[in-house]
Amino acid sequence: MKYVKLIPTLLVSALAVAGTTQAATAYISNEKDDTLSVLDLDTWKVTETIDVGERPRGIALSKDGSKLYICASDSDTVQVMDLATRKIIANLPSGADPEQFSLHPDNRKLYISNEDDALVTVVDTESHEVLAQIEVGVEPEGMAVSPDGRWVVNTSETTNMLHWIDTQTHELVDNTLVDQRPRHVEFREDGKLLWASAEIGGTVSVVDVETRKIIKKLSFEIKGIHPDKIQPVGIKLSADGRYAFVALGPANHVAVVDAKTYEVLDYLLVGRRVWHMEFTPDRQYLLTTNGISGDVSVIDVADLKVTRSIKVGRYPWGVVTTP
Amino acid sequence: MTAIQYLHAFNGVVKREFWRFIQQRSRFLSALVRPLLWLVVFAAGFRAALGVAIIPPYETYITYETYIAPGLCCMILLFNGMQSSLSMVYDREMGSMKVLLMSPVPRSWLLISKLLAIALISLLQVYAFLGIAWIAGVEPPLLGMITVLPALVLVALLLGAIGLFLSARIRQLENFAGVMNFVIFPMFFLSSALYPLWKMRESSEWLYWICQYNPFTHAVELVRFALYQQVNLEALAITLGCTTLFTLLAILSFNPERNTRTVPARG
Repeated sequence: MKYVKLIPTLLVSALAVAGTTQAATAYISNEKDDTLSVLDLDTWKVTETIDVGERPRGIALSKDGSKLYICASDSDTVQVMDLATRKIIANLPSGADPEQFSLHPDNRKLYISNEDDALVTVVDTESHEVLAQIEVGVEPEGMAVSPDGRWVVNTSETTNMLHWIDTQTHELVDNTLVDQRPRHVEFREDGKLLWASAEIGGTVSVVDVETRKIIKKLSFEIKGIHPDKIQPVGIKLSADGRYAFVALGPANHVAVVDAKTYEVLDYLLVGRRVWHMEFTPDRQYLLTTNGISGDVSVIDVADLKVTRSIKVGRYPWGVVTTP
Repeated sequence: MTAIQYLHAFNGVVKREFWRFIQQRSRFLSALVRPLLWLVVFAAGFRAALGVAIIPPYETYITYETYIAPGLCCMILLFNGMQSSLSMVYDREMGSMKVLLMSPVPRSWLLISKLLAIALISLLQVYAFLGIAWIAGVEPPLLGMITVLPALVLVALLLGAIGLFLSARIRQLENFAGVMNFVIFPMFFLSSALYPLWKMRESSEWLYWICQYNPFTHAVELVRFALYQQVNLEALAITLGCTTLFTLLAILSFNPERNTRTVPARG
């Protein structure tokens, strides 16, 4: 009888262990280490470091959260990682030097910017085929698919434009000129507005998707920091539509913008050269990748305070989170 | 000797210290203005808007203002400790000490009462400073304002004891300028109050070791950690040890007779 009693206890403890391993997780690509850091979002500890292709930069999750796509820029491929086993299961033909990409809501078409070739490559994530290559401006980087799947917007860092690509025809239909060196674009959840950062211009443009015209241009100013150091890169919009967070690169700050009035509310001090950001699955925190200091800062979204910074690998670049 | 008598003596000392404090409003203001000037002017001049590297107890990047705030709290305690113990010299010379010493309680108790009284008055100033610093953007956790209290009391006792010991032993320090030059400035600058010690070490190894042996460094670190709800055991042990040592030394070396005899002879 003793053993019978033991079994349920074992089961319960096994379940408890399984429960703890399913804590929310962040994956961070470390550009100079050729690794991914796995960050436990309950304990705020790096639990694992996984070797991946050379110079990993942009990373994105499949819509079901089972796969992770990794731009291995110097390996000239987009790697596919199965998150259950944390093994690379495929290398997609991304074209040369993939840097950033965006996955279509259909979970199949992956739009990849090829920095050196002035191209956007469209790859089918199931058949691993290249569906199209679209010529865009020089040094394409930022990439976003509209929530309804109709538009892909790509930024070209040297041409200083947002390129509007029709996802039905895979043709470039329009361009919007923004300030110097646009790095990142982000659609508002309803798809009506698009936010675009200009790194050298030091501004963020808010673009009306319908007319593809700039309706507001934001600039930033931090006391004690030279304006040249204020270089907006990553943008994240809170789900409730209240805030926009703008990573200001070597200014080591994240700007908090009221997403309705476009007023800059605060500047939060994070690590050195902050580029990209991601919310935790519960939207309670925002994680930032700080390239030069090699860490991830955690912003409490409700309090608008930086609560901690956690060391990861060298030159962290992209970050995604899974529940 | 009953506890009531001890308490009575303690009350008397605290009351006298408190009245002196009320009367010298300019002293209260200057004790506040001094650290505030450091916070507002000195820290602004440093322009560490890009953040100070992470060191415990901080968990993320901080501004320079945030870094020096605990050191400035200790600066208030340092100045008060020194000033108040110098006032003992004044008391001795004016004879009001004699009145106090007529009390039947042991002299050591009177001295400890005096140290506690100095500490209590200093705490008011430290909290006033922390309140203004909060407005200036130094925002430690709210609970830290409570956890820092025992650390502040201990540090106040330490600095008061050092002040008493010095004023009892060293004749040359009986004016404030001497204390400023030879005690306050070296103690303050050769500590972790203004710069993290790793930064000191980058410029000079021996400077780093001087800072490391300065009890004020450990006092500042004790307050810094306590303000962030943490205990720095090393700093606690050193501060506690130094407080005990200097209190004993102050009691042993305190001689109320000395000046009453020598001063008239000198004049």
